[in-house]
Amino acid sequence: MALVKDAISFEGVGQTFLTDAGPLIALKGVSLTLDQHEFVAVLGPSGCGKSTLLRLTAGLMMPTQGRVSVFGKPVDGPRDDVGIVFQNATLLPWANVEDNVVFPAKHMRGRVDDKDRDQARRIIATVGLEGFEKRLPGELSGGMQQRVGIARALFLNPDILLMDEPFSALDALTRDAMGFELLRLWQASPKTVMFITHSIPEAVLLADRVVVMSARPGGVIADLPVPLGRPRDETSLRTAEMQDYMAHLRGLLIHKEIA
Amino acid sequence: MSAETEAAPQDRPVLPRQSLSERLVRMPVVLPLFTFLSVLVLWEVGTRVFAVPSYILPAPSRIATGFGAVDLPRWIAHIWATLRVALMGYGAAILISLPIAIGLAKSKLLSRALYPLLVVIQSVPVVAVAPIIIVVLGTNDAPRVVITFMISFFPLVVSMTTGLMATPPELIELSRSLRAPQHREITQIRLPYATPYIFSGLKISITLAVIGAVVSEFVAAEKGIGYFIQFSTSMFKLPQAWAGLAILVAMSLVLFQSVSLIQRLFFPWSLPKATK
Ligand SMILES: Nc1ncnc2c1ncn2[C@@H]1O[C@H](COP(=O)(O)OP(=O)(O)OP(=O)(O)O)[C@@H](O)[C@H]1O
Ligand SMILES: [Mg+2]
Repeated sequence: MALVKDAISFEGVGQTFLTDAGPLIALKGVSLTLDQHEFVAVLGPSGCGKSTLLRLTAGLMMPTQGRVSVFGKPVDGPRDDVGIVFQNATLLPWANVEDNVVFPAKHMRGRVDDKDRDQARRIIATVGLEGFEKRLPGELSGGMQQRVGIARALFLNPDILLMDEPFSALDALTRDAMGFELLRLWQASPKTVMFITHSIPEAVLLADRVVVMSARPGGVIADLPVPLGRPRDETSLRTAEMQDYMAHLRGLLIHKEIA
Repeated sequence: MSAETEAAPQDRPVLPRQSLSERLVRMPVVLPLFTFLSVLVLWEVGTRVFAVPSYILPAPSRIATGFGAVDLPRWIAHIWATLRVALMGYGAAILISLPIAIGLAKSKLLSRALYPLLVVIQSVPVVAVAPIIIVVLGTNDAPRVVITFMISFFPLVVSMTTGLMATPPELIELSRSLRAPQHREITQIRLPYATPYIFSGLKISITLAVIGAVVSEFVAAEKGIGYFIQFSTSMFKLPQAWAGLAILVAMSLVLFQSVSLIQRLFFPWSLPKATK
Protein backbone atom coordinates (compact mmCIF):
# COMPACT_ATOMS: atom_id res chain seq x y z
CA MET A 1 0.00 0.00 0.00
CA ALA A 2 3.01 2.26 -0.17
CA LEU A 3 2.49 3.34 -3.72
CA VAL A 4 -1.10 4.22 -4.59
CA LYS A 5 -1.36 3.87 -8.30
CA ASP A 6 -4.69 2.13 -8.71
CA ALA A 7 -7.58 4.52 -9.06
CA ILE A 8 -10.15 1.79 -8.57
CA SER A 9 -9.61 -1.75 -7.37
CA PHE A 10 -11.92 -4.67 -6.77
CA GLU A 11 -10.54 -7.53 -4.70
CA GLY A 12 -12.64 -10.69 -4.72
CA VAL A 13 -15.84 -8.67 -4.79
CA GLY A 14 -19.14 -10.47 -4.52
CA GLN A 15 -22.63 -9.05 -4.33
CA THR A 16 -25.70 -10.99 -3.31
CA PHE A 17 -29.15 -9.45 -3.24
CA LEU A 18 -32.01 -10.68 -1.14
CA THR A 19 -35.05 -10.85 -3.39
CA ASP A 20 -38.55 -12.23 -2.96
CA ALA A 21 -37.48 -15.25 -5.00
CA GLY A 22 -34.52 -15.90 -2.70
CA PRO A 23 -30.91 -14.76 -2.71
CA LEU A 24 -29.60 -13.57 -6.08
CA ILE A 25 -25.88 -13.70 -6.73
CA ALA A 26 -25.21 -10.71 -8.95
CA LEU A 27 -21.40 -10.63 -8.76
CA LYS A 28 -18.96 -13.33 -7.80
CA GLY A 29 -15.22 -13.10 -7.25
CA VAL A 30 -14.61 -9.93 -9.23
CA SER A 31 -11.02 -8.76 -9.15
CA LEU A 32 -10.14 -5.82 -11.31
CA THR A 33 -8.07 -2.67 -11.19
CA LEU A 34 -8.27 0.58 -13.11
CA ASP A 35 -5.11 2.69 -13.27
CA GLN A 36 -5.23 6.38 -12.80
CA HIS A 37 -6.42 8.18 -15.97
CA GLU A 38 -7.20 4.91 -17.63
CA PHE A 39 -10.30 4.53 -19.81
CA VAL A 40 -11.78 1.09 -19.21
CA ALA A 41 -14.88 -0.24 -20.93
CA VAL A 42 -16.94 -2.93 -19.24
CA LEU A 43 -18.78 -5.21 -21.63
CA GLY A 44 -21.25 -7.88 -20.66
CA PRO A 45 -24.67 -9.39 -21.22
CA SER A 46 -27.74 -7.79 -19.71
CA GLY A 47 -28.14 -8.40 -16.00
CA CYS A 48 -24.57 -9.54 -15.40
CA GLY A 49 -23.96 -6.92 -12.73
CA LYS A 50 -22.34 -4.06 -14.64
CA SER A 51 -24.44 -1.39 -12.98
CA THR A 52 -23.87 -3.05 -9.63
CA LEU A 53 -20.12 -2.77 -10.22
CA LEU A 54 -20.59 0.93 -10.85
CA ARG A 55 -22.76 1.47 -7.76
CA LEU A 56 -20.16 -0.28 -5.64
CA THR A 57 -17.49 2.05 -6.97
CA ALA A 58 -19.68 5.07 -6.33
CA GLY A 59 -20.16 3.96 -2.73
CA LEU A 60 -23.93 3.71 -3.21
CA MET A 61 -23.86 0.15 -1.88
CA MET A 62 -21.38 -2.03 0.01
CA PRO A 63 -20.19 -5.38 -1.35
CA THR A 64 -21.35 -8.46 0.52
CA GLN A 65 -17.90 -9.96 -0.12
CA GLY A 66 -14.43 -8.66 -0.84
CA ARG A 67 -13.31 -5.08 -1.02
CA VAL A 68 -13.68 -2.09 -3.34
CA SER A 69 -11.06 0.64 -3.03
CA VAL A 70 -10.72 4.04 -4.63
CA PHE A 71 -7.25 5.57 -4.60
CA GLY A 72 -6.16 2.90 -2.15
CA LYS A 73 -8.91 3.60 0.37
CA PRO A 74 -11.76 1.16 0.94
CA VAL A 75 -15.02 2.68 -0.26
CA ASP A 76 -17.31 3.22 2.71
CA GLY A 77 -19.76 5.67 1.15
CA PRO A 78 -20.22 8.18 -1.65
CA ARG A 79 -17.21 10.40 -2.41
CA ASP A 80 -16.82 13.86 -3.88
CA ASP A 81 -14.28 12.80 -6.47
CA VAL A 82 -16.61 10.46 -8.35
CA GLY A 83 -19.00 11.67 -11.05
CA ILE A 84 -21.78 9.52 -12.49
CA VAL A 85 -23.44 9.62 -15.90
CA PHE A 86 -26.58 7.53 -16.28
CA GLN A 87 -28.09 5.76 -19.25
CA ASN A 88 -30.84 8.32 -19.54
CA ALA A 89 -29.70 11.83 -18.83
CA THR A 90 -32.25 12.03 -15.97
CA LEU A 91 -32.17 15.81 -15.84
CA LEU A 92 -34.53 17.88 -13.74
CA PRO A 93 -37.28 18.75 -16.24
CA TRP A 94 -38.18 22.02 -14.49
CA ALA A 95 -34.61 23.36 -14.40
CA ASN A 96 -32.82 24.88 -17.37
CA VAL A 97 -29.49 23.56 -18.64
CA GLU A 98 -27.40 25.78 -16.41
CA ASP A 99 -29.43 24.99 -13.30
CA ASN A 100 -29.14 21.30 -14.09
CA VAL A 101 -25.37 21.56 -14.33
CA VAL A 102 -24.99 23.51 -11.06
CA PHE A 103 -27.41 21.15 -9.37
CA PRO A 104 -24.68 19.19 -7.53
CA ALA A 105 -23.56 22.39 -5.80
CA LYS A 106 -27.10 23.45 -5.02
CA HIS A 107 -27.94 20.02 -3.71
CA MET A 108 -24.86 19.69 -1.54
CA ARG A 109 -24.73 23.21 -0.12
CA GLY A 110 -28.30 24.41 -0.53
CA ARG A 111 -27.32 27.42 -2.66
CA VAL A 112 -25.13 28.40 -5.59
CA ASP A 113 -22.86 31.40 -5.99
CA ASP A 114 -21.49 33.25 -9.01
CA LYS A 115 -18.39 31.09 -9.06
CA ASP A 116 -20.55 27.98 -9.45
CA ARG A 117 -22.44 29.61 -12.31
CA ASP A 118 -19.21 30.61 -14.06
CA GLN A 119 -17.92 27.09 -13.66
CA ALA A 120 -21.21 25.68 -15.03
CA ARG A 121 -21.11 27.96 -18.08
CA ARG A 122 -17.52 26.97 -18.76
CA ILE A 123 -18.39 23.27 -18.67
CA ILE A 124 -21.52 23.81 -20.75
CA ALA A 125 -19.27 25.41 -23.37
CA THR A 126 -16.80 22.50 -23.29
CA VAL A 127 -19.57 19.99 -23.95
CA GLY A 128 -20.64 22.14 -26.91
CA LEU A 129 -23.87 23.60 -25.55
CA GLU A 130 -22.97 27.27 -25.50
CA GLY A 131 -26.10 29.33 -26.07
CA PHE A 132 -28.41 26.68 -24.64
CA GLU A 133 -27.88 27.62 -20.98
CA LYS A 134 -31.44 28.80 -20.46
CA ARG A 135 -33.20 26.03 -22.34
CA LEU A 136 -35.28 23.41 -20.57
CA PRO A 137 -34.33 19.75 -21.05
CA GLY A 138 -37.62 19.09 -22.86
CA GLU A 139 -36.49 21.46 -25.60
CA LEU A 140 -33.25 19.55 -26.27
CA SER A 141 -32.53 16.48 -28.38
CA GLY A 142 -31.52 13.24 -26.69
CA GLY A 143 -27.85 13.81 -27.52
CA MET A 144 -27.92 17.33 -26.13
CA GLN A 145 -29.62 16.11 -22.96
CA GLN A 146 -26.89 13.56 -22.47
CA ARG A 147 -24.29 16.31 -22.93
CA VAL A 148 -25.97 18.12 -20.06
CA GLY A 149 -25.81 14.89 -18.04
CA ILE A 150 -22.08 14.70 -18.73
CA ALA A 151 -21.62 18.37 -17.86
CA ARG A 152 -23.39 17.78 -14.56
CA ALA A 153 -21.10 14.85 -13.77
CA LEU A 154 -18.05 16.96 -14.64
CA PHE A 155 -19.21 19.94 -12.57
CA LEU A 156 -17.40 18.90 -9.39
CA ASN A 157 -14.32 18.05 -11.49
CA PRO A 158 -14.18 14.43 -10.36
CA ASP A 159 -11.05 12.30 -10.72
CA ILE A 160 -13.22 9.34 -11.55
CA LEU A 161 -16.02 9.28 -14.08
CA LEU A 162 -18.49 6.40 -13.95
CA MET A 163 -20.65 6.04 -17.04
CA ASP A 164 -23.49 3.52 -17.22
CA GLU A 165 -24.39 2.95 -20.88
CA PRO A 166 -24.47 6.70 -21.36
CA PHE A 167 -25.10 6.68 -25.11
CA SER A 168 -27.29 3.62 -25.49
CA ALA A 169 -30.48 5.67 -25.76
CA LEU A 170 -29.07 7.67 -28.69
CA ASP A 171 -29.25 6.99 -32.41
CA ALA A 172 -26.16 5.49 -34.06
CA LEU A 173 -24.80 8.70 -35.61
CA THR A 174 -25.22 10.80 -32.48
CA ARG A 175 -23.74 7.96 -30.49
CA ASP A 176 -20.50 7.95 -32.48
CA ALA A 177 -20.25 11.72 -32.33
CA MET A 178 -20.74 11.67 -28.58
CA GLY A 179 -18.05 9.03 -28.21
CA PHE A 180 -15.44 11.18 -29.93
CA GLU A 181 -16.63 14.17 -27.94
CA LEU A 182 -16.08 12.21 -24.75
CA LEU A 183 -12.57 11.24 -25.84
CA ARG A 184 -11.79 14.88 -26.50
CA LEU A 185 -13.01 15.87 -23.02
CA TRP A 186 -11.08 13.03 -21.45
CA GLN A 187 -7.85 13.98 -23.23
CA ALA A 188 -8.25 17.65 -22.30
CA SER A 189 -8.80 16.78 -18.66
CA PRO A 190 -7.59 13.25 -17.89
CA LYS A 191 -9.73 11.14 -15.59
CA THR A 192 -10.18 7.52 -14.74
CA VAL A 193 -13.22 6.41 -16.70
CA MET A 194 -15.26 3.29 -16.14
CA PHE A 195 -17.50 3.06 -19.18
CA ILE A 196 -20.24 0.46 -19.22
CA THR A 197 -21.65 -0.52 -22.58
CA HIS A 198 -23.40 -3.23 -24.57
CA SER A 199 -21.68 -2.23 -27.77
CA ILE A 200 -18.42 -3.87 -28.81
CA PRO A 201 -17.41 -1.19 -31.37
CA GLU A 202 -18.12 1.54 -28.85
CA ALA A 203 -16.03 -0.17 -26.18
CA VAL A 204 -13.13 -0.73 -28.56
CA LEU A 205 -13.22 2.74 -30.04
CA LEU A 206 -13.15 4.50 -26.69
CA ALA A 207 -11.24 2.38 -24.21
CA ASP A 208 -7.65 1.56 -23.34
CA ARG A 209 -8.84 -1.75 -22.01
CA VAL A 210 -11.96 -3.85 -22.36
CA VAL A 211 -13.23 -5.94 -19.48
CA VAL A 212 -15.64 -8.70 -20.50
CA MET A 213 -18.06 -10.06 -17.94
CA SER A 214 -19.92 -13.34 -17.83
CA ALA A 215 -23.67 -13.71 -17.44
CA ARG A 216 -25.04 -14.08 -13.93
CA PRO A 217 -23.35 -14.55 -11.55
CA GLY A 218 -21.22 -11.81 -13.06
CA GLY A 219 -17.49 -12.24 -13.10
CA VAL A 220 -14.59 -11.02 -15.21
CA ILE A 221 -13.86 -13.50 -18.01
CA ALA A 222 -11.45 -11.38 -20.01
CA ASP A 223 -9.46 -8.23 -19.51
CA LEU A 224 -7.88 -7.18 -22.80
CA PRO A 225 -5.92 -4.07 -23.74
CA VAL A 226 -7.17 -2.47 -26.96
CA PRO A 227 -4.42 -2.68 -29.62
CA LEU A 228 -5.11 0.76 -30.97
CA GLY A 229 -3.20 4.03 -30.58
CA ARG A 230 -4.66 7.48 -30.15
CA PRO A 231 -6.04 9.72 -31.49
CA ARG A 232 -8.74 7.56 -33.01
CA ASP A 233 -11.35 8.33 -35.62
CA GLU A 234 -14.13 6.69 -37.63
CA THR A 235 -11.65 4.69 -39.69
CA SER A 236 -9.73 3.27 -36.71
CA LEU A 237 -11.82 0.10 -36.53
CA ARG A 238 -11.56 -0.73 -40.25
CA THR A 239 -8.26 -2.59 -40.07
CA ALA A 240 -8.15 -6.36 -40.22
CA GLU A 241 -6.49 -6.45 -36.81
CA MET A 242 -9.33 -4.52 -35.18
CA GLN A 243 -11.94 -6.65 -36.93
CA ASP A 244 -10.30 -9.78 -35.55
CA TYR A 245 -10.09 -8.22 -32.11
CA MET A 246 -13.78 -7.38 -32.14
CA ALA A 247 -14.67 -10.83 -33.43
CA HIS A 248 -12.73 -12.27 -30.51
CA LEU A 249 -14.72 -10.15 -28.05
CA ARG A 250 -17.95 -11.16 -29.74
CA GLY A 251 -16.95 -14.79 -29.37
CA LEU A 252 -16.33 -14.35 -25.67
CA LEU A 253 -19.71 -12.69 -25.15
CA ILE A 254 -21.73 -15.16 -27.22
CA HIS A 255 -19.99 -18.20 -25.85
CA LYS A 256 -20.64 -17.12 -22.30
CA GLU A 257 -24.23 -16.23 -22.94
CA ILE A 258 -25.00 -19.71 -24.23
CA ALA A 259 -23.09 -21.49 -21.51
CA MET B 1 -50.80 44.96 -46.65
CA SER B 2 -52.75 42.98 -49.19
CA ALA B 3 -50.46 44.17 -51.96
CA GLU B 4 -47.51 42.79 -50.07
CA THR B 5 -49.04 39.41 -49.47
CA GLU B 6 -50.09 39.17 -53.08
CA ALA B 7 -46.65 40.14 -54.26
CA ALA B 8 -45.07 37.10 -52.72
CA PRO B 9 -47.72 34.41 -52.64
CA GLN B 10 -45.10 31.66 -52.77
CA ASP B 11 -43.81 32.77 -49.35
CA ARG B 12 -47.07 31.95 -47.70
CA PRO B 13 -46.88 28.57 -45.98
CA VAL B 14 -49.17 26.01 -47.50
CA LEU B 15 -51.57 25.06 -44.74
CA PRO B 16 -53.24 21.67 -44.72
CA ARG B 17 -56.93 21.78 -45.60
CA GLN B 18 -59.12 21.51 -42.54
CA SER B 19 -62.57 20.05 -42.46
CA LEU B 20 -65.27 21.83 -40.47
CA SER B 21 -65.05 19.35 -37.59
CA GLU B 22 -61.26 19.73 -37.42
CA ARG B 23 -61.64 23.49 -37.24
CA LEU B 24 -64.29 23.21 -34.52
CA VAL B 25 -62.05 20.95 -32.44
CA ARG B 26 -59.35 23.62 -32.52
CA MET B 27 -61.65 26.29 -31.08
CA PRO B 28 -61.63 25.73 -27.32
CA VAL B 29 -64.84 27.48 -26.21
CA VAL B 30 -67.21 27.11 -29.12
CA LEU B 31 -68.03 23.43 -28.92
CA PRO B 32 -68.68 23.13 -25.16
CA LEU B 33 -70.70 26.34 -25.20
CA PHE B 34 -72.80 25.02 -28.07
CA THR B 35 -73.47 21.76 -26.20
CA PHE B 36 -74.36 23.64 -23.05
CA LEU B 37 -76.77 26.01 -24.78
CA SER B 38 -78.38 23.17 -26.72
CA VAL B 39 -79.07 21.31 -23.50
CA LEU B 40 -80.63 24.43 -21.97
CA VAL B 41 -82.84 25.00 -24.98
CA LEU B 42 -83.94 21.36 -25.12
CA TRP B 43 -84.63 21.48 -21.39
CA GLU B 44 -86.70 24.64 -21.67
CA VAL B 45 -88.66 23.41 -24.67
CA GLY B 46 -89.11 19.92 -23.21
CA THR B 47 -90.52 21.12 -19.90
CA ARG B 48 -92.94 23.46 -21.68
CA VAL B 49 -94.09 21.01 -24.34
CA PHE B 50 -94.70 18.21 -21.85
CA ALA B 51 -95.90 20.61 -19.14
CA VAL B 52 -93.55 19.11 -16.56
CA PRO B 53 -94.49 20.37 -13.08
CA SER B 54 -91.76 22.52 -11.56
CA TYR B 55 -91.39 20.28 -8.48
CA ILE B 56 -90.24 17.49 -10.82
CA LEU B 57 -88.11 19.52 -13.21
CA PRO B 58 -88.38 23.29 -13.39
CA ALA B 59 -87.55 24.93 -16.71
CA PRO B 60 -84.28 26.92 -16.84
CA SER B 61 -86.32 30.12 -16.98
CA ARG B 62 -88.11 29.12 -13.74
CA ILE B 63 -84.75 28.34 -12.11
CA ALA B 64 -83.54 31.78 -13.16
CA THR B 65 -86.40 33.31 -11.23
CA GLY B 66 -85.36 31.11 -8.29
CA PHE B 67 -82.23 33.22 -7.97
CA GLY B 68 -84.53 36.12 -7.11
CA ALA B 69 -86.01 34.28 -4.13
CA VAL B 70 -83.20 35.51 -1.93
CA ASP B 71 -81.41 38.85 -2.10
CA LEU B 72 -77.78 39.18 -3.08
CA PRO B 73 -76.23 39.65 0.41
CA ARG B 74 -78.01 36.45 1.54
CA TRP B 75 -76.68 34.55 -1.48
CA ILE B 76 -73.19 35.80 -0.74
CA ALA B 77 -73.50 34.78 2.90
CA HIS B 78 -74.56 31.25 1.85
CA ILE B 79 -71.83 30.99 -0.77
CA TRP B 80 -69.20 32.24 1.62
CA ALA B 81 -70.27 29.77 4.34
CA THR B 82 -69.89 26.82 1.98
CA LEU B 83 -66.74 28.13 0.36
CA ARG B 84 -65.08 28.72 3.73
CA VAL B 85 -65.71 25.20 5.00
CA ALA B 86 -64.66 23.70 1.67
CA LEU B 87 -61.40 25.65 1.61
CA MET B 88 -60.58 24.97 5.26
CA GLY B 89 -61.18 21.26 4.86
CA TYR B 90 -59.19 21.28 1.63
CA GLY B 91 -56.32 23.16 3.27
CA ALA B 92 -56.32 20.74 6.19
CA ALA B 93 -56.28 17.82 3.75
CA ILE B 94 -53.26 19.28 1.94
CA LEU B 95 -51.34 20.05 5.12
CA ILE B 96 -51.96 16.63 6.62
CA SER B 97 -51.57 14.53 3.49
CA LEU B 98 -48.16 15.96 2.59
CA PRO B 99 -46.19 14.65 5.61
CA ILE B 100 -48.09 11.36 5.45
CA ALA B 101 -47.25 11.00 1.76
CA ILE B 102 -43.59 11.77 2.42
CA GLY B 103 -43.55 9.14 5.17
CA LEU B 104 -45.26 6.56 2.93
CA ALA B 105 -42.90 7.26 0.04
CA LYS B 106 -39.70 7.26 2.07
CA SER B 107 -40.32 4.32 4.37
CA LYS B 108 -41.44 0.87 3.28
CA LEU B 109 -42.07 0.07 6.92
CA LEU B 110 -44.41 3.00 7.36
CA SER B 111 -46.24 2.34 4.12
CA ARG B 112 -46.80 -1.31 5.00
CA ALA B 113 -48.04 -0.29 8.43
CA LEU B 114 -50.14 2.72 7.51
CA TYR B 115 -51.58 2.05 4.09
CA PRO B 116 -54.18 -0.55 5.15
CA LEU B 117 -55.41 1.87 7.81
CA LEU B 118 -55.80 4.62 5.21
CA VAL B 119 -57.76 2.30 2.95
CA VAL B 120 -60.07 1.35 5.84
CA ILE B 121 -60.64 5.03 6.64
CA GLN B 122 -61.36 5.72 2.98
CA SER B 123 -63.86 2.84 2.91
CA VAL B 124 -65.94 4.40 5.68
CA PRO B 125 -68.90 6.13 4.03
CA VAL B 126 -68.41 9.70 5.22
CA VAL B 127 -72.07 10.58 4.69
CA ALA B 128 -72.95 7.91 7.25
CA VAL B 129 -70.42 9.05 9.84
CA ALA B 130 -71.22 12.72 9.39
CA PRO B 131 -74.04 12.77 11.99
CA ILE B 132 -71.77 11.00 14.48
CA ILE B 133 -69.00 13.53 13.88
CA ILE B 134 -71.43 16.38 14.43
CA VAL B 135 -72.57 14.86 17.72
CA VAL B 136 -68.99 14.36 18.86
CA LEU B 137 -67.59 17.73 17.76
CA GLY B 138 -70.58 20.00 18.23
CA THR B 139 -72.23 22.30 15.71
CA ASN B 140 -69.48 24.83 15.04
CA ASP B 141 -67.05 24.78 12.09
CA ALA B 142 -64.93 21.93 13.44
CA PRO B 143 -67.17 18.99 12.44
CA ARG B 144 -67.82 20.47 8.99
CA VAL B 145 -64.13 20.95 8.34
CA VAL B 146 -63.44 17.41 9.55
CA ILE B 147 -66.09 15.97 7.22
CA THR B 148 -64.75 17.96 4.28
CA PHE B 149 -61.25 16.87 5.16
CA MET B 150 -62.27 13.20 5.28
CA ILE B 151 -63.83 13.34 1.84
CA SER B 152 -61.02 15.21 0.09
CA PHE B 153 -58.01 13.70 1.85
CA PHE B 154 -57.53 10.28 0.32
CA PRO B 155 -56.98 11.20 -3.36
CA LEU B 156 -54.39 13.70 -2.18
CA VAL B 157 -52.42 11.14 -0.19
CA VAL B 158 -52.53 8.66 -3.04
CA SER B 159 -51.50 11.12 -5.73
CA MET B 160 -48.78 12.67 -3.59
CA THR B 161 -47.34 9.30 -2.61
CA THR B 162 -47.44 8.09 -6.21
CA GLY B 163 -45.75 11.30 -7.32
CA LEU B 164 -43.05 11.17 -4.67
CA MET B 165 -42.26 7.61 -5.71
CA ALA B 166 -42.23 8.43 -9.42
CA THR B 167 -38.84 10.11 -9.18
CA PRO B 168 -36.28 8.32 -11.38
CA PRO B 169 -34.12 6.16 -9.10
CA GLU B 170 -31.02 7.63 -10.79
CA LEU B 171 -31.80 11.04 -9.34
CA ILE B 172 -32.12 9.57 -5.88
CA GLU B 173 -28.75 7.90 -6.43
CA LEU B 174 -27.32 11.21 -7.61
CA SER B 175 -28.62 12.79 -4.42
CA ARG B 176 -27.08 10.06 -2.29
CA SER B 177 -23.80 10.25 -4.18
CA LEU B 178 -23.66 13.96 -3.36
CA ARG B 179 -24.26 13.15 0.32
CA ALA B 180 -26.93 15.81 0.46
CA PRO B 181 -29.12 16.11 3.53
CA GLN B 182 -32.36 14.10 3.34
CA HIS B 183 -34.66 17.11 3.33
CA ARG B 184 -33.09 18.40 0.12
CA GLU B 185 -33.81 15.12 -1.61
CA ILE B 186 -37.46 15.86 -0.81
CA THR B 187 -37.52 19.57 -1.61
CA GLN B 188 -35.19 19.67 -4.62
CA ILE B 189 -35.98 16.36 -6.30
CA ARG B 190 -38.98 14.40 -5.08
CA LEU B 191 -41.51 17.18 -4.54
CA PRO B 192 -40.91 18.96 -7.87
CA TYR B 193 -41.05 15.60 -9.61
CA ALA B 194 -44.34 14.87 -7.87
CA THR B 195 -45.87 18.18 -8.98
CA PRO B 196 -47.91 16.83 -11.93
CA TYR B 197 -49.28 14.04 -9.71
CA ILE B 198 -49.94 16.42 -6.85
CA PHE B 199 -51.92 18.69 -9.14
CA SER B 200 -54.10 15.89 -10.43
CA GLY B 201 -54.84 15.05 -6.80
CA LEU B 202 -55.47 18.71 -6.00
CA LYS B 203 -57.95 18.97 -8.86
CA ILE B 204 -59.91 15.90 -7.80
CA SER B 205 -59.88 16.95 -4.17
CA ILE B 206 -61.09 20.51 -4.65
CA THR B 207 -64.38 19.30 -6.12
CA LEU B 208 -64.63 16.66 -3.40
CA ALA B 209 -64.13 19.41 -0.81
CA VAL B 210 -67.23 21.20 -2.11
CA ILE B 211 -69.16 17.94 -1.82
CA GLY B 212 -67.84 17.50 1.72
CA ALA B 213 -68.95 20.98 2.73
CA VAL B 214 -72.42 20.36 1.32
CA VAL B 215 -72.72 16.99 3.07
CA SER B 216 -71.82 18.60 6.37
CA GLU B 217 -74.44 21.29 5.81
CA PHE B 218 -77.07 18.68 5.07
CA VAL B 219 -76.45 17.19 8.49
CA ALA B 220 -76.29 20.34 10.57
CA ALA B 221 -76.04 23.97 9.55
CA GLU B 222 -77.94 27.22 9.58
CA LYS B 223 -76.30 28.67 6.48
CA GLY B 224 -74.49 27.59 3.35
CA ILE B 225 -75.68 26.50 -0.09
CA GLY B 226 -76.18 22.91 1.05
CA TYR B 227 -78.36 24.13 3.88
CA PHE B 228 -80.20 26.42 1.46
CA ILE B 229 -80.97 23.56 -0.92
CA GLN B 230 -82.25 21.35 1.86
CA PHE B 231 -84.31 24.14 3.36
CA SER B 232 -85.80 25.07 -0.04
CA THR B 233 -86.77 21.49 -0.88
CA SER B 234 -88.38 21.03 2.51
CA MET B 235 -90.44 24.14 1.74
CA PHE B 236 -91.22 22.70 -1.71
CA LYS B 237 -89.51 25.67 -3.41
CA LEU B 238 -87.87 23.62 -6.10
CA PRO B 239 -86.79 26.34 -8.53
CA GLN B 240 -84.75 28.06 -5.83
CA ALA B 241 -83.24 24.71 -4.79
CA TRP B 242 -82.17 24.27 -8.39
CA ALA B 243 -80.71 27.76 -8.35
CA GLY B 244 -78.63 26.72 -5.31
CA LEU B 245 -77.51 23.63 -7.18
CA ALA B 246 -76.44 25.75 -10.16
CA ILE B 247 -74.36 27.88 -7.82
CA LEU B 248 -72.68 24.79 -6.37
CA VAL B 249 -71.79 23.61 -9.85
CA ALA B 250 -70.40 27.04 -10.70
CA MET B 251 -68.42 27.08 -7.44
CA SER B 252 -66.86 23.69 -8.18
CA LEU B 253 -65.99 24.74 -11.70
CA VAL B 254 -64.39 28.00 -10.59
CA LEU B 255 -62.36 26.25 -7.87
CA PHE B 256 -61.25 23.53 -10.26
CA GLN B 257 -60.22 26.10 -12.86
CA SER B 258 -58.37 28.11 -10.22
CA VAL B 259 -56.25 25.08 -9.34
CA SER B 260 -55.59 24.50 -13.05
CA LEU B 261 -54.66 28.15 -13.45
CA ILE B 262 -52.20 28.02 -10.55
CA GLN B 263 -50.58 25.01 -12.18
CA ARG B 264 -50.42 26.73 -15.56
CA LEU B 265 -49.00 29.96 -14.14
CA PHE B 266 -46.48 28.65 -11.66
CA PHE B 267 -45.66 25.10 -12.80
CA PRO B 268 -46.02 25.17 -16.59
CA TRP B 269 -43.40 22.44 -17.02
CA SER B 270 -45.60 20.06 -15.05
CA LEU B 271 -48.37 20.12 -17.66
CA PRO B 272 -48.73 17.19 -20.03
CA LYS B 273 -47.10 18.02 -23.39
CA ALA B 274 -50.35 18.10 -25.36
CA THR B 275 -52.00 20.81 -23.29
CA LYS B 276 -49.14 23.31 -23.44
N1 LIG C 1 -31.17 -3.59 -5.50
C1 LIG C 1 -31.32 -4.80 -6.05
N2 LIG C 1 -32.10 -5.73 -5.45
C2 LIG C 1 -32.26 -6.94 -6.00
N3 LIG C 1 -31.69 -7.34 -7.15
C3 LIG C 1 -30.91 -6.47 -7.79
C4 LIG C 1 -30.69 -5.15 -7.28
N4 LIG C 1 -29.87 -4.50 -8.14
C5 LIG C 1 -29.60 -5.37 -9.12
N5 LIG C 1 -30.21 -6.56 -8.93
C6 LIG C 1 -30.10 -7.73 -9.79
O1 LIG C 1 -28.74 -8.00 -9.95
C7 LIG C 1 -28.46 -8.37 -11.29
C8 LIG C 1 -27.43 -7.45 -11.88
O2 LIG C 1 -28.02 -6.18 -12.01
P1 LIG C 1 -27.28 -4.98 -12.76
O3 LIG C 1 -28.26 -3.87 -12.85
O4 LIG C 1 -26.00 -4.71 -12.10
O5 LIG C 1 -27.03 -5.61 -14.19
P2 LIG C 1 -26.48 -4.91 -15.53
O6 LIG C 1 -25.35 -5.71 -16.01
O7 LIG C 1 -26.26 -3.47 -15.28
O8 LIG C 1 -27.73 -5.10 -16.49
P3 LIG C 1 -28.16 -4.20 -17.73
O9 LIG C 1 -27.22 -4.48 -18.83
O10 LIG C 1 -29.53 -4.69 -18.05
O11 LIG C 1 -28.14 -2.77 -17.27
C9 LIG C 1 -29.78 -8.34 -12.03
O12 LIG C 1 -30.28 -9.66 -12.10
C10 LIG C 1 -30.66 -7.50 -11.17
O13 LIG C 1 -31.99 -7.92 -11.26
MG1 LIG D 1 -27.18 -1.69 -16.00
